[in-house]
Amino acid sequence: MNLGAAIGLPLGEPTRNAFGEALRDLGAAYPNLVVVDGDVGNSTRTEVFAQAFPERFFQVGIAESNMVSVAAGLAAGGHIAVTASFAAFLTCNAYDQIRMGVGFTGANVKLVGSHAGISIGDDGPSQMGIEDMALMSSIPGMIVLCPADAAAARKLTALMVAHDGPVYMRTGRPKVPTIYPADVDLAIGRAQVVRAGTDATVIACGIMVSAALEAAHALAAEGIDVRVLDMHTVKPLDVAAVEAAAHETGAIVTAEEHLLDGGLGSAVARAVARYAPCPMGFVGVDNTYAESGKPGDVLAKYGLTWQAIADEVRRLKGHGRGGTEPPRGL
Amino acid sequence: MATPNHDHHSIADLEAVRRRLAVASIRMTTAAESGHPSTCLSCSHIVTALYFAGLMHYDPARPDMPDRDRFVLSKGHAAPILYAALAEAGILPWDELMDLRTIGSRLEGHPNMRRVPMVEASTGSLGQGLSIGVGMALAGRLAASDRRTFVLLGDGELDEGQVWEAAMAGAKYALDSLVAVVDRNGYQQMGDADAVMPTGPLAAKWQAFGWRTLEVDGHDWPEVLGSLRAARERKGRPTVIVARTRKGFGVSQILADPGNKFHGVPLKPAEAEIAIAEIDAAPYPTEAI
Ligand SMILES: Cc1ncc(C[n+]2csc(CCOP(=O)(O)OP(=O)(O)O)c2C)c(N)n1
Ligand SMILES: [Mg+2]
Repeated sequence: MNLGAAIGLPLGEPTRNAFGEALRDLGAAYPNLVVVDGDVGNSTRTEVFAQAFPERFFQVGIAESNMVSVAAGLAAGGHIAVTASFAAFLTCNAYDQIRMGVGFTGANVKLVGSHAGISIGDDGPSQMGIEDMALMSSIPGMIVLCPADAAAARKLTALMVAHDGPVYMRTGRPKVPTIYPADVDLAIGRAQVVRAGTDATVIACGIMVSAALEAAHALAAEGIDVRVLDMHTVKPLDVAAVEAAAHETGAIVTAEEHLLDGGLGSAVARAVARYAPCPMGFVGVDNTYAESGKPGDVLAKYGLTWQAIADEVRRLKGHGRGGTEPPRGL
Repeated sequence: MATPNHDHHSIADLEAVRRRLAVASIRMTTAAESGHPSTCLSCSHIVTALYFAGLMHYDPARPDMPDRDRFVLSKGHAAPILYAALAEAGILPWDELMDLRTIGSRLEGHPNMRRVPMVEASTGSLGQGLSIGVGMALAGRLAASDRRTFVLLGDGELDEGQVWEAAMAGAKYALDSLVAVVDRNGYQQMGDADAVMPTGPLAAKWQAFGWRTLEVDGHDWPEVLGSLRAARERKGRPTVIVARTRKGFGVSQILADPGNKFHGVPLKPAEAEIAIAEIDAAPYPTEAI
């Protein structure tokens, strides 16, 4: 996988690692921070917290539903309860427990889904979380976060823990290009402009932010000046930033490592339709499960590349291939 | 029925098959640079016995034969040994095994029933296989078929509440065509299974859930074969075989590692060669069946 290579972005740590380290660092500042694991702490990296604070780490085994409700119980006792598993197992297996114990009650539970998206590659579709943001967005009051790099993951972990109420954050398995300085200042619900531009906007999250920057670089050579927004908070959406993008650039492409249904693209489309109608394009997993393969091969086969983003922008701008043909997902 | 060349009649024959499956599981995961070889090795006797000792009825020429016995690999991360068994049975080409986990290959990291013949269930999210087995056994009853359903579970997998929901349903419906096998290798992802989540006393638990319960050494051919043969007998309730096994059986590099670092970690090429040589060099068991 050579994310970010086209524009020379250096590879940084996986977002799951940054999350684990940030959690350990926060453990000292928050004596009421507790963590519940479902036999995957070495995958999600909550084991880094466990090593530092064993007395505040609870291992409930391979039992995601139980894990979430246990976290809800800890939160009811005044704790900030962080619980993590693979995004797929956490959000799919324990959906009702999240709905009742976290969403409906507004519990101070932080859900973290690792192995999000299809860039896990080899292990295959049963381990890939491609619906997690849709499911978590369908919980009223849930905040849904998707960091683009390690620095963003560290910052968003801190914001998540500081926030009082339900939060979901997805993290990824592979190393990802470094976009931000280590001390980047992000705010929940505020899109980050990572590239200014006037002709079109790519709104991306997670690893697709670096892909969007690569696409913007290629399009610049064709005379298309692309704005790139990192929409690290998928819910609540920064509607003002979307509106501004629509008014100021006239075309929006979304890019996410998630199903097109119910994720970032859907949320942005709703805002665009309501406040600032403009042509849109969508890059994401299109009504399919993926398959096993090396991460780069899987991303390429399922269309999650900077080239796919660039093609969508060209289509909207009336350049190049695509023309009048609607994207496959519609 | 299984064709005669898939029914091996001596333990030495079966052991030779088992070694082929074990070696294939190692080679496949080493080539893919990912996967769970130790998980495959602990269940290598069980899988070999099911497919190649006449204990499961199927016809490799007709993988969709309605009355075939069903095998559900609930611990789906053992996919390589399932694929190897299907190759040994003549259902998949041996050559294809080395495509494991590569783009375009139907041999995904976890079994996908939509892509591979005689993969009876898509698994990889632990905890669901026994419930699927209950449904399959109910379907067998509705079809007035005498077919059996075998479900292989990990011991860590038993942490999932759904396994026990399925256990109750199996007992309620007196599914005596349903056989669960627990690969009790004592380890799960985060280490010692009893430290992660104590599930014992296992046999007493299954008994309390209404299952006929057999406990065996999962690497002892006569015990494995005898228990599976007994489990085929219909006795008015479902049967579980709790098989004590070793995660990484036959490979000292893995067995010597008490921290279970090898869960989900393939051997490096040089390590794999040592492991394969060790498997090949091990003395053959001598008992006749
Ligand atoms: C629902 C679910 N949660 C977590 C995982 C991640 N996971 C894969 S294998 C494994 C450990 C399995 O242990 P065990 O069942 O004992 O199988 P073994 O490899 O020891 O045979 C875990 C936690 C998963 N695949 N499915
Ligand atoms: Mg085990």
